[in-house]
Amino acid sequence: MDVSQYLDMFIEESKEHLQACSEQLLALENNPDDLAIVNEVFRAAHTLKGMSATMGYEDIANLTHKMENVLDAIRNSKIRVTTEILDVVFEAVDDLELMVQDIESGGDGKKDVSKLVDTLNRIEAGQPLDLTTEPAATTEEATTEVVTTTGIHYDEFELTVISQSAEQGFNALEITVTLRDDCLLKVARVFMTFEILEKSGEVIKTIPTVEQLENEDFDQKFTIVLLTQEDAEDLKAKVLKVSEIEDVHITHITDEYVRKYKQALLNESDIDTEPEVIDTTITPMVQDMITKEAPKEAIKTKKTASSNSNKTIRVNIDRLDILMNLFEELVIDRGRLQSIASELHNPELNESVERMTRVSGDLQNIILNMRMVPVETVFNRFPKMVRQLARDLNKKIDLEIIGAETELDRTVIDEIGDPLVHLIRNALDHGIETPEERIANGKPEIGTVTLRAYHSGNHVFIELEDDGAGVNRERVVGKAIERGIVSPEAADSLTNKQVAELILASGFSTAASITDVSGRGVGLDVVKNTIESLGGHISIDSTEGKGSLFQVQLPLTLSIISVMLVELDEEVYAIPLSSIIETAIIQKADILNAHNQPVIDFRGTIVPLVDLKDIFEMKNRSNEEDEFQSIVIVRKGENLAGLVVDSFIGQQEIVLKSLGEYLQSVFAISGATILGNGQVALIVDCNALIK
Amino acid sequence: MTKATEVSDMKVIVFQLMNKEYAIGLDVVESIEKSLSITRVPRMPSYVKGVLNLRGVVTPVVDLRERFDMEYKEFDETSCIIIVSHAGSEVGLIVDDANDVMDVPTSAIGPQPEVVGSVESEFISGVAKVGKRLLVMLNLEKVLQPIKKGNSDEF
Repeated sequence: MDVSQYLDMFIEESKEHLQACSEQLLALENNPDDLAIVNEVFRAAHTLKGMSATMGYEDIANLTHKMENVLDAIRNSKIRVTTEILDVVFEAVDDLELMVQDIESGGDGKKDVSKLVDTLNRIEAGQPLDLTTEPAATTEEATTEVVTTTGIHYDEFELTVISQSAEQGFNALEITVTLRDDCLLKVARVFMTFEILEKSGEVIKTIPTVEQLENEDFDQKFTIVLLTQEDAEDLKAKVLKVSEIEDVHITHITDEYVRKYKQALLNESDIDTEPEVIDTTITPMVQDMITKEAPKEAIKTKKTASSNSNKTIRVNIDRLDILMNLFEELVIDRGRLQSIASELHNPELNESVERMTRVSGDLQNIILNMRMVPVETVFNRFPKMVRQLARDLNKKIDLEIIGAETELDRTVIDEIGDPLVHLIRNALDHGIETPEERIANGKPEIGTVTLRAYHSGNHVFIELEDDGAGVNRERVVGKAIERGIVSPEAADSLTNKQVAELILASGFSTAASITDVSGRGVGLDVVKNTIESLGGHISIDSTEGKGSLFQVQLPLTLSIISVMLVELDEEVYAIPLSSIIETAIIQKADILNAHNQPVIDFRGTIVPLVDLKDIFEMKNRSNEEDEFQSIVIVRKGENLAGLVVDSFIGQQEIVLKSLGEYLQSVFAISGATILGNGQVALIVDCNALIK
Repeated sequence: MTKATEVSDMKVIVFQLMNKEYAIGLDVVESIEKSLSITRVPRMPSYVKGVLNLRGVVTPVVDLRERFDMEYKEFDETSCIIIVSHAGSEVGLIVDDANDVMDVPTSAIGPQPEVVGSVESEFISGVAKVGKRLLVMLNLEKVLQPIKKGNSDEF
């Protein structure tokens, strides 16, 4: 069976199931006695096992199978949930994630998991850790086999594959081929039969084994278990075409069988273990639950899948990107039409251009919305990370996530993960104190880290708040002076907020000692740069002894932005509206000089003026004697600057384009766009203009 | 069209700069454009003329005369922009004239003689002699070294 066409789906779904596993396992850690959670994890692992087996990724199937055994032992109350066990299960989930990632990047998903499998086996058998149960029954369970009417043994693994493929419309057939007594080349006939059958489906089992068949180590009969969508009669006719074949007998393995066997299998193991279960009062209930649960399992997973597909459709992101690109072309043409219409003054043309503008505006919203992804896809890897880090650092930490459903454009989502990982590591390592310190300071032993996302205006805010030690002013200022980031005189006048934000400066690390978690030579300045390259902004509020709040502000999308077009000597530049506070026209006489730097008094704030013509090396300074000066007040964080321009053209939505590989970084230019008249206009990078 | 008789033939576009003939492989040439309006990009070396809108793609344009430190010439009716694709993106090259596509047998390409003219040797990958014509083969890799902060004043 060619499975390559299902690969994308497999990868997506595997990720979902693994995510579900991680989430439920975290929940389980908090409620070790909640068997419903174990069932959830079991179900996710189970589906994953079936899928990966069908796709031929045996290492994944193998590892999930072992994980499932452990989970099964937990839900049968054979072993109790402990942190140590969960650590191993988490490790298994991590490995599975790596394997799926490997497949995604074109690998074969193979990984040496034997050690982990051993550990899982030992846990399942209750051997190494101080568990209360005896190993005997559970090890047997995995090998328990069922016998069908035709006398073929199936283990639980194979049954799962069969029931999984049944969901996808495949029939499982037992095909027994009898060769003629005088058959001379038995191996050749087997080979021919295989060739026929493999064209119509997938062979999952043979009796005797393939090696035995190859060595001609069988009498006149052999049986093949095939997953196929083809009709049994057709197959029979095909196989009979091979000469020297006496008879072909085909039995259909129905769902009914599979379910019955599975149930039998479960019952069997339950009966086996009953005498050894310690808490007998729970057992009948659990057993009852399981017998009810097991047959339904296949149906249930199918149900959830179909209810999802009613509402959503998976679209390849490449297609959405193409749609976005096409739409960008449309936005540019719309701009062009608008400028033509405004020159022609034809009312009918104006009217249709206006209508088109409105419709395309709506269309733009829809397309942008289609590309929106809940920030959950980034957030959901953090609980596990925090758990692991807290253990590594010997700290007690609660992670609270708020607003995971907040949506962001995919382009932003792709970039924001790493900076957030960095911030969380920082908060855990430097922010939250050790339990002893916390108790000594009169705080609850468990530290709280809150990750929050919400929309506000045209921006998304992501906040990371902790109730840790906060930023130590003295230490930060000391370090900043030592590194030459601020002068000792200037340091005194800094506000607490400014001091806190010093830790974002490059080459700054307040860690007294380099730990494994942070202090790898990469500072928060990298985080700051990444966020700013996305058109975002980061600020820190911190109270010593109370905790810190990191606030990241991000644009909703990166590809279409609103700008103010300005003119400078017949050259047109675009200034992003997100940086603009307002525009003003001032009198030349109001321009003051401070240290040779022209400044203006803007509502009580001294704002330095930046002459764009100087920055952009323009030779022509024609309107020097003009009495008035147009100014765009822009900001970067708290700092303001006034950009001197010749005139304002107006506000417009533009499509962001890069300058290409050749011009990799142009000072004070963040990109380009194409205007309505087909000309290219450059976009001013206000962040580069303000210190 | 002449049919390529040998596998080792290389199709090139021949263009003019200061009455000399240069060549670049046809495989890297995307199109040849007549005058398009160019937007200046500030703080660039003088040979970077700016960027233009090439069917929706913002494309940088390099003046080859200035890149080779030759005498400056206004864009006139014979001037044109050869759009080449280089390292995954497109770049336009302003040349005096481009009017010929021809086959150059690879065997005719030799190392450049010590003194070939005013063009710095690092921009040249070789010289091809075809009949009586001498074609200077361009080394795009060197000509189109990315402009980054810091190396913009390499000249």
